[in-house]
Amino acid sequence: MDFLPVILWSDLLLWSLVLVSLVLGLLSRRNPLLRGAWRRVGASRAGMASATVLLAYLLIGLLDSLHYRPRLPETAAQTAAADEPRAAYAVDVHSLLDRLLWSLRTRNEKTYSEPLATRAYAKETIEVEGPGGQRLQQRDYPRLKHGGAHLGDHEAGRHADIGQRLLRAGGLAVLIWLVTAAWVATARSRATGGTPVQAWRQIWRNQSAFAWNAVLAAFAALLLSAAAIAFLAGDYHVFGTDKVGQDVLYQVLKSVRTALVVGLVTTLVTLPLSIFMGVLAGYFRGWVDDLIQYLYTTLSSIPGVLLVAAAVLMIQIVIDTHPQWFVTAVERADLRLLALCFILGLTSWTSVCRLLRGETMKLRELEYIQAAQAFGVADLRIIARHILPNLMHLVIIALVMDFSSLVLAEAVLSYVGIGVDPTTISFGMMINNARMELAREPVVWWSLVAAFAFMFVLVLAANLLADAVRDAFDPRQAGAA
Amino acid sequence: MMAFPIALLSVLLLLSACGSEQNDPYPVSERGRNIFYAAFTDRPKHLDPVQSYSENEIIFTAQIYEPPLQYHYLKRPYTLIPATAETVPKPRYLDAQGHELPSDAPAATIAYSVYEIRLRPGIRYQPHPAFAVDDAGKPQYHPLDRARLAGIEKIADFPKTGSRELLADDYIYQIKRLAHPRLHSPIFSLMAERIVGLNELGKSLHAAARTLPADAWLDLDQYPLPGVTRVDPLTYRITLHGKYPPFVYWLAMPFFAPVPREVDRFYGQPGMAEKNLTLDWYPVGTGPFMLTENNPNSRMVLERNPNFHGETYPCDGDADDRAAGRLADCGKPLPFIDRAVFSREKESIPYWNKFLQGYYDASGISEDSFDQAVRLAVGGDVQLTDEMRQKGIRLLTSVRASVFYMGFNMLDPVVGGLSPAATRLRQALSIAIDEEEFIAIFMNGRGIPANSPLPPGIFGYVEGQAGINPVIYDWEGDAGNGRPRRKPIAVARQLLAEAGWPNGRHAATGDPLVLYLDTTASGMGDKSRLDWLTRQFAKLDIQLVVRSTDYNRFQDKVRRGAVQLYYLGWNADYPDPENFLFLLAGSEGKVAKGGENASNYVNPVYDRLFEQMKNMESDGPHGGERLAIIRQAVAVLQHDAPWIFGSHPKSYTLSHQWLYNRKPTDMGNNTLKYQRIDVERRQALRQEWNRPVWWPLLAMAVGLLLIILPAVFAYRRRERGTAR
Amino acid sequence: MFAYLVRRLLYAVPILIGVNLLTFALFFMVNTPDDMARMQLGVKRVTPEAIAKWKADRGYDRPLFINSAASGVGIVTETIFFDKSARMFVGDFGRAEDGRDIAREITARMGPSLAIALPSFLLGLLVTVSFALLLTFFRASYLDFWGVVLCVAMMSISTLFYIIGGQFLVSKVWRLVPISGYGAGLDAWKFVILPVAIGVIAGIGASARWYRTIFIEEIDKDYVRTARAKGLSEWSVLFRHVLRNGMIPILTGVVVVIPLLFMGSLLSESFFGIPGLGSYTIDAINAQDFAVVRAMVFIGSVLYIVGLTLTDLSYTLVDPRIRFE
Repeated sequence: MDFLPVILWSDLLLWSLVLVSLVLGLLSRRNPLLRGAWRRVGASRAGMASATVLLAYLLIGLLDSLHYRPRLPETAAQTAAADEPRAAYAVDVHSLLDRLLWSLRTRNEKTYSEPLATRAYAKETIEVEGPGGQRLQQRDYPRLKHGGAHLGDHEAGRHADIGQRLLRAGGLAVLIWLVTAAWVATARSRATGGTPVQAWRQIWRNQSAFAWNAVLAAFAALLLSAAAIAFLAGDYHVFGTDKVGQDVLYQVLKSVRTALVVGLVTTLVTLPLSIFMGVLAGYFRGWVDDLIQYLYTTLSSIPGVLLVAAAVLMIQIVIDTHPQWFVTAVERADLRLLALCFILGLTSWTSVCRLLRGETMKLRELEYIQAAQAFGVADLRIIARHILPNLMHLVIIALVMDFSSLVLAEAVLSYVGIGVDPTTISFGMMINNARMELAREPVVWWSLVAAFAFMFVLVLAANLLADAVRDAFDPRQAGAA
Repeated sequence: MMAFPIALLSVLLLLSACGSEQNDPYPVSERGRNIFYAAFTDRPKHLDPVQSYSENEIIFTAQIYEPPLQYHYLKRPYTLIPATAETVPKPRYLDAQGHELPSDAPAATIAYSVYEIRLRPGIRYQPHPAFAVDDAGKPQYHPLDRARLAGIEKIADFPKTGSRELLADDYIYQIKRLAHPRLHSPIFSLMAERIVGLNELGKSLHAAARTLPADAWLDLDQYPLPGVTRVDPLTYRITLHGKYPPFVYWLAMPFFAPVPREVDRFYGQPGMAEKNLTLDWYPVGTGPFMLTENNPNSRMVLERNPNFHGETYPCDGDADDRAAGRLADCGKPLPFIDRAVFSREKESIPYWNKFLQGYYDASGISEDSFDQAVRLAVGGDVQLTDEMRQKGIRLLTSVRASVFYMGFNMLDPVVGGLSPAATRLRQALSIAIDEEEFIAIFMNGRGIPANSPLPPGIFGYVEGQAGINPVIYDWEGDAGNGRPRRKPIAVARQLLAEAGWPNGRHAATGDPLVLYLDTTASGMGDKSRLDWLTRQFAKLDIQLVVRSTDYNRFQDKVRRGAVQLYYLGWNADYPDPENFLFLLAGSEGKVAKGGENASNYVNPVYDRLFEQMKNMESDGPHGGERLAIIRQAVAVLQHDAPWIFGSHPKSYTLSHQWLYNRKPTDMGNNTLKYQRIDVERRQALRQEWNRPVWWPLLAMAVGLLLIILPAVFAYRRRERGTAR
Repeated sequence: MFAYLVRRLLYAVPILIGVNLLTFALFFMVNTPDDMARMQLGVKRVTPEAIAKWKADRGYDRPLFINSAASGVGIVTETIFFDKSARMFVGDFGRAEDGRDIAREITARMGPSLAIALPSFLLGLLVTVSFALLLTFFRASYLDFWGVVLCVAMMSISTLFYIIGGQFLVSKVWRLVPISGYGAGLDAWKFVILPVAIGVIAGIGASARWYRTIFIEEIDKDYVRTARAKGLSEWSVLFRHVLRNGMIPILTGVVVVIPLLFMGSLLSESFFGIPGLGSYTIDAINAQDFAVVRAMVFIGSVLYIVGLTLTDLSYTLVDPRIRFE
């Protein structure tokens, strides 16, 4: 094999999270209540548009969650020594996304350059050849090594070139979009039994049960921006370069995975705990309740940042004292990321637990559960059959509501210095590194703006979807609406 | 939503009448006064001269305390001149029987060195309540009990102050304080080996402290220190074991500043420490300034000491000092400024912006912020950006007496040891890591590549072709007019192959060579630097794994010898090569002896040379001999390559055009007294640079109105609708 | 009521002990006394003897929890845990590792923290409630729709952005207020105004949206309809009925954070150079001064428990039907 697959813990969790949610989604089709709720989510236009955007983010994140180590070429000694040489692999771990973005990753400039620039951002003294062949020193903006290099001497043609690329990108995007739209219309017409044109009209007028028009609109926006970036990124630095000349676009795309891991895995790893504890406390009451209440009051009374700081430092020590656990730096960084997720989960765990406890206490007073108890049905069975399904909506709401706040929290923690490993690219690290740039004259704004913009879109989409999900699942809201 | 910006607007409009500088962080009453403004980043922890050792503390302590000696402000290389002493003392040497030896006696025969320091008469302390006496001549504030301390929160709450003349006893008392059981002097163990009787004093004080209650005052005068004696009220004598020429440099540090016994007794009274009334918080000295406000969380204020003995601005300096106008104030009385306000600035953005706005007169900003002011030119020299020059900001550079290096742990099985293979591996890496590029990218040219541990300005540093590290550099051009050129990477690859790792793979097994670098997050932890470093190793097909960790863990690993590669730096205590070369002495081994040799490098040849040069003087008849020994020792290091000699950082000082007499210095920190400010010019420029922009607030208000108005109309319509 | 408070107080004791044990264990795992000594003694020339001396001086040479060498009560009291943690119960926070009195430091820093946190909180409440009322008033109109969109957008923006952007625009580009710093007494206003404004704006999104749902729920109730039928104008309906009743869940919801205002804000205090408790905590984390961090954790949890108790009390105050047995 030319590579050695590397499965990081966070990869595993992220992928299994996707699988589990697929399976749960399929299972929830059987439950009429949940099915109805999901339908309501599907009908929400804002929700579906954000879901489309989130899917795009998820795609990037998943591509970035397939890791491997490239194989090193064989040495002469190896070939000579053994018939079946032992393969040696590099210690750098790459992901599929790195492979796709290889040119972005490697085309580094010397230092800052503006988005789409062909020249560096600051003047330097460069040597030019004078008319008489002598060398002159001149202060000017040096040309970039890669950004706009294909233009050669025709730098003036940059705007025309960019315009042309944008046009081509727009054309392609429109084409793909039309094909997709036509495909959706045809598929809908088959399902409903009308003509594709009728189906299209329904979609257009927002008469379909599923908010197809929102999905298609969001898809159009995504396509347009993705195509534009893809067409430009080949020869320009779309979001400029940072202090050491690395492409900002690449960093932003790599940050997506970190944000997703922090947002999703955190809730995932602590959800079982909070469900278990919450249900236990609410159902059995008595000393179990007292104990669990004590536990979460104690935990939540410690100021969050301080708890996170202590725990992160502690994990760091564990990592440092066991270097033999990790072959590569990426694995170290990954464990730190996971640890951060666990710790963040520990601090957010308590509120979900409290909520579930309260709901379980209400549920167990219901007549049918009292009846089941009177019939001597085992407690565990009652919990599994009657209590858990009725808590699912709370769990789903908690999951989607926490996501955005966790993504924002990561940025703040990285700023305080207790966030992800310094080798991990994340929005927080980008913001932290770019902070100083606003104080420069002239201002270097693009790293900061790119990081904030990508984070904003992600969080906004997550918030909108969370709203849609909550409105659909919350029985009170559902009744009121 | 609406109420808030309007309220903001009205408040601001109201106050705009007060003046044009809305963003002036200082009280209006301070405008136009002869006050120097600067910032500090880290809270000073200790201002007690026994404990204070870090750079953020010495900014303050050096202005307040006066050790017997100081460095000349302008002369380079650094030259010691007297501060409170009459002259710079010359040691007398004695043999074991107490007979005087000639000054060029061999170090082995010298049993004791005696330094006699004579103080200038008439030097007085700053006003302080510890010196206050009542009409009977008894101390006003001793003894105090908790009841009398009740209304007192800070030192200014004591109504009476006093002063007295500086005496030799004060210096002796301070040297005894180095051994104080409750104070943790970083140089105690170093000095205990040198000063006769200090170690024994430490032991007896420790025993005495156990018998006393925890907060009782320990009177050091009860305990003798035979190595430090008073000759007359203004003269004292220090006796050292053996020969220790760098000792005079220590006499220029606050560790050897005077602390009067009554001050120690004053602060030692019960109830004082609870109110932060300690020497750590309120220093007492004879220097040009005294600390009048100590609020390490936001600001520290130094004020001119009214009892200062007087000093004049130096009249001689380096060649460039005259050109830079630094000799214009020759002979004028010091200090020039009345007051210095240091504000706490934790974040570098505000720090930098306030400097640009003119609210700090000079900026000693850390690494990050300089690269926006300074550009690297082709030749490697630096200049200010055009924006800075337009503002009249001046840039001063000097190479610091420091070295940053990447060390190899010589105990490591892969990179360590003196075997030819391991040595070649280290040499190969020394060539591959392109320090010139590192300095250009990450330090913006604020440094020069190091050829040895010795930075420029330290005895033993050699310029030009003779000074290059022949393992790493070739000399390009002729001897007089060339420059060093890093050896091509092919040479490094060749060395690597000879080391048994052709193309970064083990010659026999084919396993890739993986090296581990330990860093602290604040040192090399920055992602882009680590990426860069990985690329350097990749040039040799070596795979680098970076383990960044917190400071404590890093120190711990270094101590246990559990690192392979690490980054560290060293700032000189005093300008002598011994202070750098000891970092690689076998007797300082980190793992074996708990010393400062973090690489655990032991080479008997080097150790012998080091021991020889250690006790020699750089000036005088044996200077040439010493230089030869140092050159030999450095050559051994260059061959063995226990460090990748990284760089000697340059310190950059930016100062505004209204600040005069600024010169970067590494050794003497008592520089505040030399600074002069053109107050009118500062006031005018600050006003010009800080005209507030009001229209955005108006625009915001108008924008809000535009959003609200249609809503109000809609409401009106609806109200009428319901009425109908 | 009194009995309830006493019980509540008694209940707080095991929680505080738990917090104390937990933080103590966490921090001592992170930082052994040797580490602390090294951290405090600096980088250069630290000998093992110096470390031993420092530990002995600061009382870190004792066992952690159980001192088997001591006798009687000393088995428990002559330990690091008792010395450093348990004494906090009587308000003795001891000294920071750099030798300064923590309690004194905390009292000095409380003022600046409150100067930022209290106006941010009160103004924030005022602004968000009025904004939410405005949205409620214009419910189901374009203003309401865009207002809610604005809220969601505002809560999706990182706090860091508000701080960095606000400082950049107002202080650097417009030069309206000092970039950072703090002044004593009345001089403080010009330093406080921007952090407070940013604090208010950063909080609008989430709270205004929440308050709006509360008000809208309230406005659909019967008594509101009756009031409207009486011919009261829309404004007076909103102010007299909806606001008054809607404030109950709002106030009971925010009461828990009031005591925590003392803790200050970590981010804006360090960005704006305000010498409050938030920046004290950050400093302590960075300097690994865990005596301070432990004290701050302890105070934080005490304040949190006070907040919980206040919440319960506020329920009884606004709704007399609730009684505590």
